[in-house]
Amino acid sequence: MDLSLNDDQNMLKDSVERFVREQYAFETRRKNSATATGWLESNWAKFAELGWLGIPFSEDAGGLGWGTVETAIVMEQFGRGLVLEPYLATVLLGGEAIARGGSAAQQQAILPALIEGKKQLALAYAEKQSRYNLHDVTTSAKKEGAGYVLSGHKGVVFNGPSADHIIVAARTSGGQRDAKGVTLFLVDKNAKGLTRRDYPTQDASRASELTLDKVSVGADAVVGKVDDGFALLEEVIDRATVAVCAEAVGCMDALNAATHEYIKTRKQFGVPIGKFQVLQHRMVDMFTHAQESRSMVLMATLKIDDADAAVRRKAASAVKVQIGKSGRFVGQGAVQLHGGMGVTDELNVSHYFKRLTMIDSIFGNQQFHLTRYGQIMAEAA
Amino acid sequence: MDLNFTEADQKFRAEVVDFIKTNLPAEIADKVKHGKHLSKDDHMRWQQALGRKGWLVASWPKKHGGPGWTATQKYIFDNVCAEMNCPPIIPFGTKMVGPVIYTFGNEEQKQRFLPGIRESTVWWCQGYSEPGSGSDLASLKTRAVREGDHYIVNGSKTWTTLGQYAEWIFCLVRTDVNAKQQEGISFLLIDMKSPGVEVQPIIMADGGHEVNSVFFTDVKVPVENLIGKEGEGWTYAKFLLANERSGIAAVPQSKRGVESLKRIAASEQQDGKPLIQDGAFRDKIADLEIQLQALEFTELRILSSEAAGGAPGPEVSFLKIRGSEIQQRITELAVEAVGYYANPYLPGLLWQGSNEEPVGPAYATTAAPRYFNVRKTSIYGGSNEIQKNIIAKMVLGL
Repeated sequence: MDLSLNDDQNMLKDSVERFVREQYAFETRRKNSATATGWLESNWAKFAELGWLGIPFSEDAGGLGWGTVETAIVMEQFGRGLVLEPYLATVLLGGEAIARGGSAAQQQAILPALIEGKKQLALAYAEKQSRYNLHDVTTSAKKEGAGYVLSGHKGVVFNGPSADHIIVAARTSGGQRDAKGVTLFLVDKNAKGLTRRDYPTQDASRASELTLDKVSVGADAVVGKVDDGFALLEEVIDRATVAVCAEAVGCMDALNAATHEYIKTRKQFGVPIGKFQVLQHRMVDMFTHAQESRSMVLMATLKIDDADAAVRRKAASAVKVQIGKSGRFVGQGAVQLHGGMGVTDELNVSHYFKRLTMIDSIFGNQQFHLTRYGQIMAEAA
Repeated sequence: MDLNFTEADQKFRAEVVDFIKTNLPAEIADKVKHGKHLSKDDHMRWQQALGRKGWLVASWPKKHGGPGWTATQKYIFDNVCAEMNCPPIIPFGTKMVGPVIYTFGNEEQKQRFLPGIRESTVWWCQGYSEPGSGSDLASLKTRAVREGDHYIVNGSKTWTTLGQYAEWIFCLVRTDVNAKQQEGISFLLIDMKSPGVEVQPIIMADGGHEVNSVFFTDVKVPVENLIGKEGEGWTYAKFLLANERSGIAAVPQSKRGVESLKRIAASEQQDGKPLIQDGAFRDKIADLEIQLQALEFTELRILSSEAAGGAPGPEVSFLKIRGSEIQQRITELAVEAVGYYANPYLPGLLWQGSNEEPVGPAYATTAAPRYFNVRKTSIYGGSNEIQKNIIAKMVLGL
């Protein structure tokens, strides 16, 4: 057993760390988030140049052929800087869906351009009533001629405003909540009948609500197999879950470092407040939570490729439960120990706290994954 | 012992309900119900209506213009107000400086300041915390130097809630730098229009402008604005802080919060069923409601001993601790309940009163901002860590 990073992985880590240090000072981030798209083209071009956009994709497609360990390295550093560029939506959701389920033609059309930084993607899976159930799908895709006609609504589509293509989960057969009968479609952002309502998110990112009013697509727009989209969707989301948990570890480390520094320097009653035992113990608990979270991300990155889907699903749920619990503990603790400053917009602490809160709310929260883990566990018993 | 209200109490309750129905504008109640931002005018309209009725300063003695209610009547009033979505009463005049003025101020000060508080024609704010003095309030540095008939005030205050609306600020200032820390502090009333007073907004994590920094540069304050004796401000400050803590349990507001949480959970769908039917989530709400009952009956016990002549002691600190934890838990569960729709951030709808459509259900718009915002409740009014120190020392003698 060897749980240490190899040379390539260490180099990747150093290079993302350097980018965040040099390009993501907190006030720079604030300016970037206020631009029209909420992120910078120049940063995205740099990601392309450094090869980060190709990490999970095959060398045939122009990628690096690496995996979840490497995307987790990137995401952890992005978490430290609260990076706004849509790496999660374009590379880990949209890109992975195409890479794992797309036809050869779709892969050729999308992946090289994505890896060069020329294409943005989004994955539209949630609906107003669906909560975290990936096969609660009312958006319909009706066969018409050689193609399909899509109608319905998709909610909270991250990177919707910037995406060139959106991969939409729609129902081709079965009842509203059947696992069978969900199909993924590649839809162009300019498709007739597709309208978006764009908005900012609590954590300074961007998302959209989509309305599909008889959007026509060809048979070649199907990503993966007709009626079997759920399995693909779940696999992609499980992987993205691990990545977003790595991001959360970066957020927690940054919060703990800031809090540690603050309680050593902030003086009340004539001493640094870190001299008070009750604050020391809270800081120790925050530190422990971050350590356990890091361990669970490591566990999940190593199990996510397991041939047995149950192992993969359990790993993703386990790490999301850990991150939900620890993200809340560390986030709330960091705010509390910073006192009034912790609840201001001015200090970065509240921004990490907001991101950690939103991370819990996506891909299934702590409660959802606890239940899911329990169900898989019970099925095996 | 009797949990039921007397006939007189029932009658009083009906009178309060009636008054609110007649005097609370529907659009203000709607804002309160949905946790939306209230303007200065919203607060003023409601408080002035209460003021005209003589109900704004419920806890004041009759001789200073209070309604002379029993503890039960106050309890009924607070609960009905919360149930019917009345704006919270801004405490800075009514619960903080008002009682200080009628307890420690001179006749002239009572005549001058109390009517404006009772009728809510003057907006007050609080000048306690400073950038370097939070939990350790007595270390405050804002200086007031006597020069003839005036004090010259220099320094800064922070976390001044709604100071952007205020006409007056009550301040703790240091009048003697050589005395022992607590003994060099005085209690001054300062007109916000005085030259040299500057208010700067502090934006909160939810994006709202609720608190401010207030800077004082050579501000001339007439000596008649000093409350009580020079150097005894700390005594008045402690009196005021004890009052601040007792209202802070926010039981009626939390009851409304739990009811609203249940409505959200009944409306949200999970696998085609209302979320409230999910055992795990329902257990969390049930647990919260039980915690709130424990807090409510603790507060009632304290109220009842107060009515019997006992003074509330330092044990009110745990009302603040538990009250804040419960307020925070309500918002935490609301974020959990709304799932993905916690994400959209709509500042226009939240802060500018715009009419844009919410992205998800209307209640989802405020879920995350409320959650971020109420983290303040375990920090302000003496952090929960400080409250625990008070209980350890003053109640348990440790």
